[in-house]
Amino acid sequence: MTETTQNPALAAPSAAGEWVGRARRSAEYVVIPLFALLASAAIFSVFLLALGKSPQTFFELLWRGGFGTEFSWQNTLVRTAPLILTALCVAIPARLGLVIIGGEGALVLSGFVSAVVALPLLSWAPPVVVMPVMFLAAAVTGALWIGAVGALRHYRGINETIASLLMFYIAVSILNFFVEGALRDPSDPNKPSTAPIGADNMVGKIPGLETHWGLLWGVVVAIGLAVLMNRTTFGFAARVTGGNVRAARAQGLPVGRLMVAATMIAGACAGIAGYFEVAAILGKANGSLIAGYGFTGILVSFLARHNPLVIPPVAVLFGGLAAAGGLIQRRMGLPDATVLVLQGLIFVVLLVSETLYGRFKIFDPEARR
Amino acid sequence: MNDALFTVLLAVFAGAIRVSTPFLFVSLGECLTEKSGRINLGLEGTLVFGAMTAYAISYHSGSPWVGVLAAGVAGSVFGAFHGFVCRLPRVNDVAIGIAMMLFGTGLAFFFGKPYIQPTAPRLPAIELGFWSDIPQVKVALQINPLFFVGLAVAVAMWWAFRNTRWGLIVRMTGDSAATAKAMGYSVDLVRFLATTVGGFLSGVGGAFLSLYYPGSWNEGLSSGQGLMAVALVIFARWNPLACFAAAVLFGGAGAIGPALQSVGISQGYHFFNAAPYILTLLIMIASISPKRSLRGAPGELSLMK
Repeated sequence: MTETTQNPALAAPSAAGEWVGRARRSAEYVVIPLFALLASAAIFSVFLLALGKSPQTFFELLWRGGFGTEFSWQNTLVRTAPLILTALCVAIPARLGLVIIGGEGALVLSGFVSAVVALPLLSWAPPVVVMPVMFLAAAVTGALWIGAVGALRHYRGINETIASLLMFYIAVSILNFFVEGALRDPSDPNKPSTAPIGADNMVGKIPGLETHWGLLWGVVVAIGLAVLMNRTTFGFAARVTGGNVRAARAQGLPVGRLMVAATMIAGACAGIAGYFEVAAILGKANGSLIAGYGFTGILVSFLARHNPLVIPPVAVLFGGLAAAGGLIQRRMGLPDATVLVLQGLIFVVLLVSETLYGRFKIFDPEARR
Repeated sequence: MNDALFTVLLAVFAGAIRVSTPFLFVSLGECLTEKSGRINLGLEGTLVFGAMTAYAISYHSGSPWVGVLAAGVAGSVFGAFHGFVCRLPRVNDVAIGIAMMLFGTGLAFFFGKPYIQPTAPRLPAIELGFWSDIPQVKVALQINPLFFVGLAVAVAMWWAFRNTRWGLIVRMTGDSAATAKAMGYSVDLVRFLATTVGGFLSGVGGAFLSLYYPGSWNEGLSSGQGLMAVALVIFARWNPLACFAAAVLFGGAGAIGPALQSVGISQGYHFFNAAPYILTLLIMIASISPKRSLRGAPGELSLMK
């Protein structure tokens, strides 16, 4: 008798306490990044005031250019798609403790390769053939490009951060070499580009959204990778490796294969971003592929704490910032690098704010005991 | 044909000296920073910001040497910030470096916009070719004083690491923070100072880019040279003299493309553009092995783990 009355009485508060504790702990991961965003906005306002510009105008224009109208939302979402995918290129290896910052290179090279493989098909193949071939070519190129970084890291001990960034410069050189040389379309007088892939092979828009399908792909891939990383054996093994490589080795986990697999998945994400830039926006490969999405993606991933499910909303935020850049530049007479300064500032403040974790009792579930 | 070969070799020689100078300064700065046990990946940003500062200050003051000094000071501010922030718990030096790289280039582009058009006074060269009658030799032997300054810094740093109290303190801090602490030295202070001086050197390297070669300020001025210099330090095994040799080697590799172009061979220009990056990657593959630890590698360095 006493047992049945005691058990729920004991269990109930502990379950509730556990829930509160968990909520407190997760609150820390929300509050501190938000604080970092606000702090960067404040520092940036001081920066603008020092230059004699109005911070209020800046943030109003940011709102209007990024989120205020239907047209600006459209601009924002077009930029969100590659940001989600390049952020995933950072986030997945980050779970294994790898800092890959060369997603831009995978995007550029994959976009280029997908535009090139389309060329011999254009004259005879229908879009049903051309589009999947381009998509696969881009994903495979990206996977091999970043996968090579993972392999170099594991088998040769080469720092993945430096290697991936070096490979970005190599990718840009490859693009320029072919686009200004053998593969240049002579009929295009403006910018050295490959021949266009043709309107029929372009990716259409999501009905009712005025944004191309890349956005949906980005969101679906993000959800898929969240499941992979949190709900499968592969994801668990990857996270163990990220937590402690030696422990992972001691457990007999195939660390090398995990690293290569994770970097290949990451590269494929960036590659898909490159595909959509070519097949939904540019229609050909040229220097416009180097738009900095890969570098903004690093920031997106860090701000989302490398959580695939948080990446899409954060990517919307930075897509909006990028979309508003032009408006801010025109209306306030600021250089186009203003967005870069703000992004860099947010990145620095965010990383410095890491030191705040565990310093506030309010987030500590153990504090009351 | 022999004439063309002579021209190319001479151009590569001259180019090696010209192109290597920024590599040299950045790699010496990084060498010092890494010897103290920290890595600063943000030197690319420092380099670009230093280049912009040097150009702007040289333009306003009329003296390129004031520009060089300003670039050094700007670089040391970046370095000091990196050094200060990384002492906070949970702050990762690699990640901060990436952020500082993006922030530094962003700031440089932001403030550098008005300076793309105007021409600033450039650094003078020392005419070492006075003994020769051949104009190409005369041109090839126009060497910037900063090259010799870099060489002197390399020798001084190499000597200081081996023979001075300060050199020993920096090396000890880099090899084992616990030992340095036990000896009563402040690990944070040593690393802070090492990173600040490293930033100064990188800023000066940037000044060379905008004030001597290529000798103008634009947004594509440095494409990854700061980063290659970081890789170069690993190749040089954290030895300042080897940093000098490696910088000259890289300078030579970077000079092949323009040298061939000067005799009318412009094919594969972009390939030669990519040569330094590919060379860096190949050198890293060839010189690093996961099986053994690298000679001279500071024990505390997060890069090598």
